[in-house]
Amino acid sequence: MQLNDLYKDIILDHYESPHNRGRPPHADIEAEGSNPLCGDDVEVYVVLDGERLKEVRFDGAGCAISLAAASMMSEVLEGKTKDEVKEIGDLFKAMMHGEDVALPEEMEDLEALKGVAHFPLRVKCALLAWTTLEHGLANQDAGRRVSIEVD
Amino acid sequence: MQNGFDVQAVRQDFPILDVQVHGKPLVYLDSAATSQKPQAVIDSLVDYYTRYNANVHRGIYTLSEQATAAYEDARAKVARFINAPSPECIIFVRNTTEAINLVRFAWGFDNVGANDEILISEMEHHSNLVPWQLLAQDRGAELRYLRVNNEGRLMLDGLDVLITERTRLIAVSHVSNVLGTINPVKGIVKRGHKFGSLVLVDAAQSVPHMPVDVQEMDCDFLAFSGHKMMGPTGVGVLYAKPHLLEAMRPFMGGGSMIRKVMLSESTWADAPQKFEAGTPNIADVIALGAAVDYLNELGMDDVREHELSLTQYALDALREVTGLRMFGPWEPQTRGGVVSFVLDGVHPHDIAQILDSEAIAIRAGHHCCQPLMRRYNVAATARASFYAYNTEEEVDALIDGIHKAQRVFGHAVERSL
Repeated sequence: MQLNDLYKDIILDHYESPHNRGRPPHADIEAEGSNPLCGDDVEVYVVLDGERLKEVRFDGAGCAISLAAASMMSEVLEGKTKDEVKEIGDLFKAMMHGEDVALPEEMEDLEALKGVAHFPLRVKCALLAWTTLEHGLANQDAGRRVSIEVD
Repeated sequence: MQNGFDVQAVRQDFPILDVQVHGKPLVYLDSAATSQKPQAVIDSLVDYYTRYNANVHRGIYTLSEQATAAYEDARAKVARFINAPSPECIIFVRNTTEAINLVRFAWGFDNVGANDEILISEMEHHSNLVPWQLLAQDRGAELRYLRVNNEGRLMLDGLDVLITERTRLIAVSHVSNVLGTINPVKGIVKRGHKFGSLVLVDAAQSVPHMPVDVQEMDCDFLAFSGHKMMGPTGVGVLYAKPHLLEAMRPFMGGGSMIRKVMLSESTWADAPQKFEAGTPNIADVIALGAAVDYLNELGMDDVREHELSLTQYALDALREVTGLRMFGPWEPQTRGGVVSFVLDGVHPHDIAQILDSEAIAIRAGHHCCQPLMRRYNVAATARASFYAYNTEEEVDALIDGIHKAQRVFGHAVERSL
């Protein structure tokens, strides 16, 4: 497996110029995820409009893969309903576990992360933001910030 | 080559150094995590299982006698290696972590009480931190921390207020697994003893790399792992002063550690057997003895000298890398062969990944030192660590690899400068 399969330009672009980074003034869902094994932390913020994710933002410290994955996630999920988010999340996880999946056309950026599946130790980096969001959505009734440890 | 130390000859003894990764020769710079093994250690394992595999301290037959002799011979070798007063002060355990936890259970529960104090440092590996946190919680004791300065040294001035007549134990690492700092443990032992405290030294990163003399150091407990000193995994060592071992209660109960077992109570064998319940890790203990023989052949002074010169070479080269921040002291005389760093614009995991594409193995992460990471306000560092088989050419490869990481992350690096 070549290094270029992991560090594709599009991943490096998202890492260097992340989209939707930073905490919004108000968020309906706040979740933080950490990987105690490597010390990476990501926070995911969601502004809801009914069942829709009006805005998805993130912040945190992590490697190129985890931050690029968070940036891409925030882009593709904007405006999606919770059910759609679940569907897309499942597809993404399947892709990270090496399954051949067909992503919707507008999400082709996510394809760039396909190579991560060949680096088993880095799969958890790519999934950190997704798992954190999933945990935030599942526990939003709590009405406060939720935390999850992923490893 | 210096002092007759021929690193190329040493490399011939390590079959794994011929391995290719991604079609390139392996550059192994993670010996602080675990060291590679010389052929003599590998042969020792095969020899035991092939020629005299039998349980120890039991059988009245030749093989068992041979196995017992080899097992106890390894204990004597380890004792001499750290200048312990007798082989009976050497307890074989699984690793440094187990050695420290043995002290926690077998000594700590009887000697640390409510409002007593345990003093450790901010640079401790979790293995020399979490056991004391748990003991302090269990016993209602206070856990105190000796802080680390920006340079990566213990702030020893703090000892004046931190050690009190309530201090029961000071637990400190000899060499930091992140900063490389060699701590002045002899002085700390002296100050601890003045207040009646015992001192445990985590020597996981020192015993493999430099001469260590427990009698000169005068520590009460010393813990280290076999697998970091060219021995196999699964065997570690606890050294303790004989009178302490005599007074301590057993760690685990079971076979081998008893004198007499009755229905309601039992009496214990003397140390070291008191602390080695069940069939021990015979093969790996014997192979650790072979590792000690091998290190003695190399000469620990020469091993230290070689690593010192390699560390100096590495520090000089790292200093030239733009955007690199090194942790720990800059003077190689006061540090071991462990070099941690971060790069502007490139996360340590990504550095390690890119180095792996060049067959260079380093460690990236918090190195089981989360409090220390927070002290320096980083989530993780990249860490290269050296041993007797590493060369200046491998340090050159590391530097080239770092430059490659900076090229891959060109824009991020540029923007951060």
